[in-house]
Amino acid sequence: MKKKLYSLISIFCLTLTSCFSFTACGNDAESADTLVVLNYGKYIEADVLKRFQKETGITVKYEEYESVEDMYAKYKAGSINYDVICTSDYMIETLRKEGELIPIDYNSLQNYKNVDPAIIEASASFDPNHKYTVPYFYGTVGILYNTEKVDEETVSSWNCLWNPEYKNQIVMINSQRDAFMVPLKMLGYDINTTDTAQLDKAFDMLCDEKKYVYAYLMDETYECMVSEDAAMAVCYSGEAAMGMEYNDKLAYVVPKEGGNLWVDSWFVPRTCKHYDAAMKWIDFMCEEEAATQNFEYVWYATPNLTVAAGMDDETLADETVFPTKETLSRCDIYSAYDDKTLDYTTTLWKKLKAY
Amino acid sequence: MINRLRTSFLAMPYAIWVLICTILPLFYILGYAINTGDGSFTLSNLIAITDPVHLKSLGLSIQIALITTIICLILAYPVALILHNLKISNKGFIVFLFILPMWMNFMLRILAWQNILSNNGILNSILSALGLPTIHILYTKAAVILGMVYDFLPYMILPIYNSLSKINDEVIEAASDLGSSWLNTFFKITLPLSKDGIISGIIMVFVPALSSFVVSNLLGGGKVLLIGNVIEQEFTLARNWNLGSGLSIILMLFVLASMSIMNKVDDSENGGMLI
Amino acid sequence: MKKFKKGASYTYLGLIFLFLYAPILVLIVLSFNNSMSRTVWGGFTLQWYLNLPSNDTIMDALFTTLRITLSSSILATILGTSAAIGINRMKKHHAAIMLGATNIPLLNADIVTGISLMLLFTRFTSLGEFSVVLAHIAFSVPYVIFNVLPRLQSMSDACIEAAMDLGASPAYAFYKVILPEIFPGVLSGFLMAFTMSLDDFTITYFTKGAGVNTLSTMLYTELRKGIQPELYALSTLLFLLAFIMLIATNFKGMNKKEVVR
Repeated sequence: MKKKLYSLISIFCLTLTSCFSFTACGNDAESADTLVVLNYGKYIEADVLKRFQKETGITVKYEEYESVEDMYAKYKAGSINYDVICTSDYMIETLRKEGELIPIDYNSLQNYKNVDPAIIEASASFDPNHKYTVPYFYGTVGILYNTEKVDEETVSSWNCLWNPEYKNQIVMINSQRDAFMVPLKMLGYDINTTDTAQLDKAFDMLCDEKKYVYAYLMDETYECMVSEDAAMAVCYSGEAAMGMEYNDKLAYVVPKEGGNLWVDSWFVPRTCKHYDAAMKWIDFMCEEEAATQNFEYVWYATPNLTVAAGMDDETLADETVFPTKETLSRCDIYSAYDDKTLDYTTTLWKKLKAY
Repeated sequence: MINRLRTSFLAMPYAIWVLICTILPLFYILGYAINTGDGSFTLSNLIAITDPVHLKSLGLSIQIALITTIICLILAYPVALILHNLKISNKGFIVFLFILPMWMNFMLRILAWQNILSNNGILNSILSALGLPTIHILYTKAAVILGMVYDFLPYMILPIYNSLSKINDEVIEAASDLGSSWLNTFFKITLPLSKDGIISGIIMVFVPALSSFVVSNLLGGGKVLLIGNVIEQEFTLARNWNLGSGLSIILMLFVLASMSIMNKVDDSENGGMLI
Repeated sequence: MKKFKKGASYTYLGLIFLFLYAPILVLIVLSFNNSMSRTVWGGFTLQWYLNLPSNDTIMDALFTTLRITLSSSILATILGTSAAIGINRMKKHHAAIMLGATNIPLLNADIVTGISLMLLFTRFTSLGEFSVVLAHIAFSVPYVIFNVLPRLQSMSDACIEAAMDLGASPAYAFYKVILPEIFPGVLSGFLMAFTMSLDDFTITYFTKGAGVNTLSTMLYTELRKGIQPELYALSTLLFLLAFIMLIATNFKGMNKKEVVR
């Protein structure tokens, strides 16, 4: 009788261990023809991914993330050996400073010439000697507003967000960096300031704003504007373009004080096991057809010149998608905070939310 | 006796499992909690709960969890009573009816609530069609509570329903035969006999409501900062796993304390069980 | 008076079910909405349903989800049921320790469980689909145990002892005496484990390996740029499937009862 029980238990344990070994084998079988890619959610046209696998014979393990911070937490845990990652400027700088990046072999990229030199130049803030990154998409942070509820004059300055008339009609961006950027710009400070007195001032302004705010949103801000639940929203240009597609009354502006220019770029992390395949991937992303397909799917500004060349004038003139030179001159790129400032600002951010 | 020992061996695989997949990860968290980040010992991550911001969010969490629990209890008890009186033979059917909504993804259901509650949403359209004033509820504390009640109501209904069905009907019949009024019977017999169910229901709702952060994220519009949100932010935004771990250890101790208080009230055999 | 009471209770029950099922109705309506936006009604369409089979990413995620959910809930049910039987026969204070440990996954915030399991798995094995299965077992076993244990406790030991005295082997006694008695608990435990696993995002996100995508991780990463309406269609289909299964089994149950009468 005892035997039977033991055998029952051992069968169970056996099943467990066999499952273990099964997956272990699966992982060992990772050949040279695989590539582990990490990108923002919905940031690539499915067909591009398919074509890449077909044309190069490389199997892509494609991973997505929702926020830069989630990505960092997962990357830092070292749980997965990523080969190539796309993320935003200041996070790339953080990772670069931590020594997590591997230089890119630009000579092996045949399509690299398609990339707009102006954007490459702008990348200097997070990749000073330009060794590590290839830009993928870029855009701005501004105000998406409903032209029936708000006039152009009002939104030409960030101070419209402190207008009591729009109480409960304002959607503020739910991201610490972007939220602090707004008062910092209004006060005429550097958006990358580490001066605690300046940050405190910005914090006071944000606390003051809270009573007018309908919600702090990041996801689906545009849905809130499309349904006309709010009159104006601080959001990324890409989301603004998406909202305008569904509702004609919406418009987008970067206020006169200026805003943030963000650049999402590809880089190769230290965990890379398939360097050649990663180069092929980055090169493929710069190719005209792939870049066009991606642009038409994502609808953010593309740094790919060949795509812009093939575009109709109407799209090119769409300032929401392609910020003008004048707008860009008012915008700055975030640089990474040092640990102390990061700590300080997150504490302020928590205080604001608990306020 | 020998028999008893042998059968309890059936729990062995589970005991090993608990050690590896529950206790060991807990030590990881504890390790982070009593660490400064560069390897030296500290208690500051645990004491950090006394920070005004953390205390405030913990207070808010407790407040919202309490309100949620009370509303759930008030809503759930009549449901359980009615269902019990329906005399449905297939009890699994009832259980399934409450689990079924969970087959739609949680995130999708909460997003649907946004559609219902927003300023120009379904609820307000119905209200204005009826000539009633519209309400501003989305992205307020009330919306967070509504979302939590929605999410946790089944966890209150099911244990109460289970405990009611264990009551011998003859006891109640006897009481009414002896001239006890319906109300009297309810308070003297039904309610005390369903105490177990109520208590496990309260724990089942209160505990997850206390540590929840998704509902407050999606329906609170980023304006309602619960302790769960703080912990989540420490792990992601602030990249301070040590503080996040410290706070979650404190939260866990807090939950354990409130549970042992509830278990004191509950003197039955089933002490220590959540469901 | 009695009629009124009955009417009132049915109305109340109806309202509660409306509350629980209202968002589901909204999602079902959205699955027929001819617009990529969640807040604009663009007319009736069936295109999301028709697109579904040809959408590889969604179908992949669906199959991954089913694989993970089924295997984790089945394993959790086996593990949990045997644990419950064992715990039930343990000395009281041993049982209390086991139950205390069982409560832990229910007490922790998801993100804490997720990250701690990730740290554990990266130390001892690599992340993949199987690590997600393990993590799902970890948080769903308690539900099985807590569903099975009360059934066992309300069962008298005499039954089993009688069976054994009459020469039944423990395995035979288990199948013929214990299992039929605890089966409803096992079933509802399995269902709860299944549902929890189906619904989980946070723990899955941190414990999954590269390229492993479940429906909920897919949904979450799509949140910012708008959810593909095909996902509403898929959710509606899954829901309806479960609903029909529920109705069917219930009618079967009813018929049986009538035959007995």
